[in-house]
Amino acid sequence: MNRIDACLSKLKAEGKKALITFITAGDPSLDTTEKLVLTMFDNGADIIEIGVPFSDPIAEGTTIQEASLRALSTGETNLDTIFELVKRLRAKTDKPLVLMMYINTIFRYGTEKFFKLCKENGIDGVIVPDLPYEERDEILPYAKANGIIPISMVTPASHERIRAIASQAEGFLYCVSSNGVTGTRSCFSTDFDSFFGEIKKSCKIPAMVGFGISSPEQAKKMSGYCDGVIVGSAVVKIVAQYGKDSAEKVGEFTESLKDAMN
Amino acid sequence: MSESKGRYGIYGGQYVPETVMNAVTELEEAYNKYKDDPEFIAELKKLYRDYAGRPSMLYYADKMTKDLGGAKIYLKREDLNHTGSHKINNVLGQILLAKRMGKKRIIAETGAGQHGVATATVCALFGLECQVYMGAEDVKRQSLNVYRMNLLGTKVVPVESGTATLKDAINEAMRDWCTNISTTFYCIGSVMGPHPYPQMVRDFQKIISEETKAQLMEAEGRLPDCVVACVGGGSNAMGSFYDFIGDESVRLVGAEAAGKGIETKLHAATLAKGSLGIFHGMKSIFLQNEFGQIDPVYSISAGLDYPGIGPEHAYLWETKRAEYVDITDEEAVQAFEYLSRTEGIIPAIESSHAVAAARKIAPTMGKDQIMVITISGRGDKDVYSIAKYRGIDIVES
Repeated sequence: MNRIDACLSKLKAEGKKALITFITAGDPSLDTTEKLVLTMFDNGADIIEIGVPFSDPIAEGTTIQEASLRALSTGETNLDTIFELVKRLRAKTDKPLVLMMYINTIFRYGTEKFFKLCKENGIDGVIVPDLPYEERDEILPYAKANGIIPISMVTPASHERIRAIASQAEGFLYCVSSNGVTGTRSCFSTDFDSFFGEIKKSCKIPAMVGFGISSPEQAKKMSGYCDGVIVGSAVVKIVAQYGKDSAEKVGEFTESLKDAMN
Repeated sequence: MSESKGRYGIYGGQYVPETVMNAVTELEEAYNKYKDDPEFIAELKKLYRDYAGRPSMLYYADKMTKDLGGAKIYLKREDLNHTGSHKINNVLGQILLAKRMGKKRIIAETGAGQHGVATATVCALFGLECQVYMGAEDVKRQSLNVYRMNLLGTKVVPVESGTATLKDAINEAMRDWCTNISTTFYCIGSVMGPHPYPQMVRDFQKIISEETKAQLMEAEGRLPDCVVACVGGGSNAMGSFYDFIGDESVRLVGAEAAGKGIETKLHAATLAKGSLGIFHGMKSIFLQNEFGQIDPVYSISAGLDYPGIGPEHAYLWETKRAEYVDITDEEAVQAFEYLSRTEGIIPAIESSHAVAAARKIAPTMGKDQIMVITISGRGDKDVYSIAKYRGIDIVES
């Protein structure tokens, strides 16, 4: 069983909500990323998304755009070195690791080679925000061949598309909290009862909500609608502020999110 | 939900975030509904004639022909359109669609400012709110166009991220679109982006080649032997080529921006130096590194300063139906000066790339042959930067 499925079914059996956190690989260094992933797991993260920095991240707000730029500007961050990082992490943790990245970084690397290396190094899933349902065949055969889960996304603008997307989704369904890009939000305008009502009609796997969740209070509230939350920009902001010395703060923040939800 | 759409061979597709998928589908449906609607066509034709000044002239450039000593040269004068470039052809079409779709807010990206000005103009005409994203670098080098947009009631947002040029303006426009998807219509200025944009923009621009064909038939009673246009994203070239694609005797030449030279890193010659990738909603050819990071690109021309090319061009290139040549800054500036002095026509620095390519090709052709160069825009906006390039400071105090 894929580590994502195993992790989420265990949480479900325990009646617990999942905490998924995100950081950008190589921000400000790959060594820091390694430390932060382990710290977040130690402090309650169930699944971690490692962001592969891209020069032109169209689905990201300024926080993750800037993190991508910091990571790329070191000159050490690329898919080869990220796979090495994943390999080192895999030696130290059995928890699920997901890569969040743009389709061009997979495609240019070589889709077949990419998914083979995901399997070899211990990646469990990929999230590709600029690869919609209609273009899923770009990666699907390669992901399946290597047991890597392609995570599907739905948004408040998906409407009637939710059914088709949710019914074929695997691992977990990434439910985008509001239309727009990643980044912390002080409030949401989405009608969550109706959004998650629609999702629950066709989604047979755990549903996670992400985009804009930045505080323990929001995490608690939003996890009430579904099976867990995804927190990205709020973590990246701490890394932006404390850099190589952010482990303690990131750990504390992760713990506060987890505590608020369960 | 259906499968991947909008393919030109392997190129094209719809690689956009889920948030905008319903919007591109809605746009495609609206476009398919209205493109053959007599009322829509009549309204667009009327605007083309009465507002944009179409048909644009096909002008026989006698002095240039004699000077180059080869093919007879005709200039397709898109520079004479209202707002000064071919961009108005597409914008009028898209805004009429937006109106029918009930959209009240229009966003656009712009490089040189020509598409931004065209969009600002048509939004003023129809009383629509308009916001244009423009790279901060381009805001600096095209300040005249920024002021024109402001004058037309449009808010210009300088984009500081990345290389602060056209690709970054597109990134930011896409982010805005994701955020305001229910109210906002994204008026893309070139034959790029997710389907249906490459097809729709080409269809709104194909009037260039349709008119050229009819005008030349009247003047010469035959097809041209060669059509030359500049290529950034590729909208004026696609419009200039399209009606001739089936006419195999017509050589189609696109002029890419080679900046300081394709042997340097300072160029925007996508087809010369790029590789297959997926970016800005489409599978096409892009300037990128081995890990798929998009290269910073450079050209003296803000309108050609783009690291990709429309998917249909990639297909015409792969199938060798069209050929693409590289023109450096220096060659383009020389062509800018050449056409000004020879014919009394100051071309946009973008279009000057086409003129430069024509200056190389025309002398190799016979005197009985005909070449058409698309002058996609006028050069008034470029006078300051060309003067600067030549070391002359013309800023008024």
